[in-house]
Amino acid sequence: MIPLAEIIRLSFQSLLRNKTRSILTMLGIIIGVSAVILLVSIGQGLQNYITQQFESLGSNLIVVLPGKVGGSGGGFSGAPNLAGSKLTLSDVDKLSRLGGAIESVGAGIEMPSTVSYLGKSKYTTTAGLTAEYQKMRNMTTSEGRMISDSDNRSGRNVVDIGPGLVDTLFGGANPIGKQVTMGGQKFQVVGILSKIGSGGFGVDVNSFVVLPLTTAQRLFGMKSVQAIGVKARDKESIPEATVAVTKELGKRLKSDDFSVVDSSSLVATINQILGVVTLALGGIAAISLVVGGVGIMNIMLVSVTERTREIGLRKAVGAKPQDILYQFIIEAVTLSVVGGGIGVTIGFLGALIINQFIATTVTFWSVALAFGVSAAIGVIFGVAPAARASKLNPIEALKYE
Amino acid sequence: MTSLIKLTDVTKSYKLGEDIEIQALRGINLQIKEGEFVAIIGPSGSGKSTLMHMIGILDQPTGGTVELEGKNIGKLKEEKLAELRNRHIGFVFQAFNLLPKTSALENVELPLIYAGDSAGDRSKKAAEALKMVGLEERSDHTPSQLSGGQQQRVAIARALVTKPSLILADEPTGNLDSKAGEEIIKLMKDLNKKGNTIVLVTHEREIAEQTKRIVEIRDGQIISDKKVK
Repeated sequence: MIPLAEIIRLSFQSLLRNKTRSILTMLGIIIGVSAVILLVSIGQGLQNYITQQFESLGSNLIVVLPGKVGGSGGGFSGAPNLAGSKLTLSDVDKLSRLGGAIESVGAGIEMPSTVSYLGKSKYTTTAGLTAEYQKMRNMTTSEGRMISDSDNRSGRNVVDIGPGLVDTLFGGANPIGKQVTMGGQKFQVVGILSKIGSGGFGVDVNSFVVLPLTTAQRLFGMKSVQAIGVKARDKESIPEATVAVTKELGKRLKSDDFSVVDSSSLVATINQILGVVTLALGGIAAISLVVGGVGIMNIMLVSVTERTREIGLRKAVGAKPQDILYQFIIEAVTLSVVGGGIGVTIGFLGALIINQFIATTVTFWSVALAFGVSAAIGVIFGVAPAARASKLNPIEALKYE
Repeated sequence: MTSLIKLTDVTKSYKLGEDIEIQALRGINLQIKEGEFVAIIGPSGSGKSTLMHMIGILDQPTGGTVELEGKNIGKLKEEKLAELRNRHIGFVFQAFNLLPKTSALENVELPLIYAGDSAGDRSKKAAEALKMVGLEERSDHTPSQLSGGQQQRVAIARALVTKPSLILADEPTGNLDSKAGEEIIKLMKDLNKKGNTIVLVTHEREIAEQTKRIVEIRDGQIISDKKVK
């Protein structure tokens, strides 16, 4: 057999002499590879985005919700029973005295309500929160002050409002010191919430009203709280804190009356679902890769027929069967590898462009997989035509019209 | 002078379908010596193509022996046959069989690639061969830029480039007009004068008569083998 470098040169030469055909053949692989990379990058980007969003909610958090919300392993089997909550402020006190893995404990309730100021009103979400709960949720004020522990102890009629409400109720004027009305009671605005952070479960704070938890309980006539937030000292102490919280609350409540959910297991569940979606997207794109491979095989078979006389001639002047076999395999592999390379580039560029609109993350495994599969396709779909070419009888091949 | 190629009682049969057997060659005895210029002549279906395939070691006999420089090729594997063809036989075909979109020089280089020559040696030898057929000026032309006669010259250069023991030309003038055909025959005569052994397969007696020896074949047998006066 002649040196491989020589066969590679012959293959390249033959592909370059049929540029149009080579490019059209590669197109299938290019589309397949770039589709795999692009779709997987979108799925992966979504996964990363959601993880980040959850992390911005506050890390190392455990949330106690009333009713049964499914296991801590993830999966939701029902909505929290907010109205029939049996969690109270005394539970919050008990939990905060536990110490150990628990750093701090906060609580909150959320109710829809109408806020009005000088004839303008807005139906929005009001949240009664303890100072600790606001801290856990990374809530801050851009102007004025937060609702404090002392506001909570005294049950003062003070509120922080979201920046959206400043626009709708006050027309953008400074609201601090003004009185808003909720449920027939007057409340003094003491601060404007910053846009960053979020209220309950990822609710935007833009048109939020935050007041002391005790004030809210009085306003809405509630004795219970709807959620208790427990912050663990660090990520590693989450399981320990979860056990401690469950044990403490179990002394007074039935296991059906509350659920302990940690944010990391929620993220894990969502990521698991998105992972499957990403895989499915990649799988669909992979089908087009296989179609591209069949395209290569088709062209190579046509090429063998079209070049029968050439093959006959090569054999007559001394080409051995392997020389022909390898030339045709290398032609097919080159088509798929070069097509794969172009596909990777286009996939990357496409992901960069889409990144302007939706977060995308190009993963190494999707690139490796798409490229590997396209190269493998070149070999697999190239062997059959190449074997046919190598077995041609030179006499018959030379006579072929 | 020793025999370059020696066929002894060579038979060749093909199977067409289950029970139809065609006897293409029925006991051929033929020797070709170095420096000869031989025409093999016969009507179509006479077996002259099959005989040409035997001489060109493109095929192996069913019976009898084919010896190339004293070596029996009957039992050799395809790889070995390819190697022998590459080293000893230069082919010239009726349809030229040049690679399209490929320069004359690269076409001539083709057998050298399979001989394992380096790129430098290849282009040097190919340029020399093109000079021998008078086409040194056309070395970068592709077949579509060349006339039929020029294309056949490129093909002859390709046959010459490995300095083979034997040049085997199958109806080399068949696709050419008479003027271009005469020039090709003249070139072959010149090459024979320079010492090249040439076997020319044709069905035209006029062309055969320009060689030095005519072997006539009919129904798979040699019916006459004489020197041209």
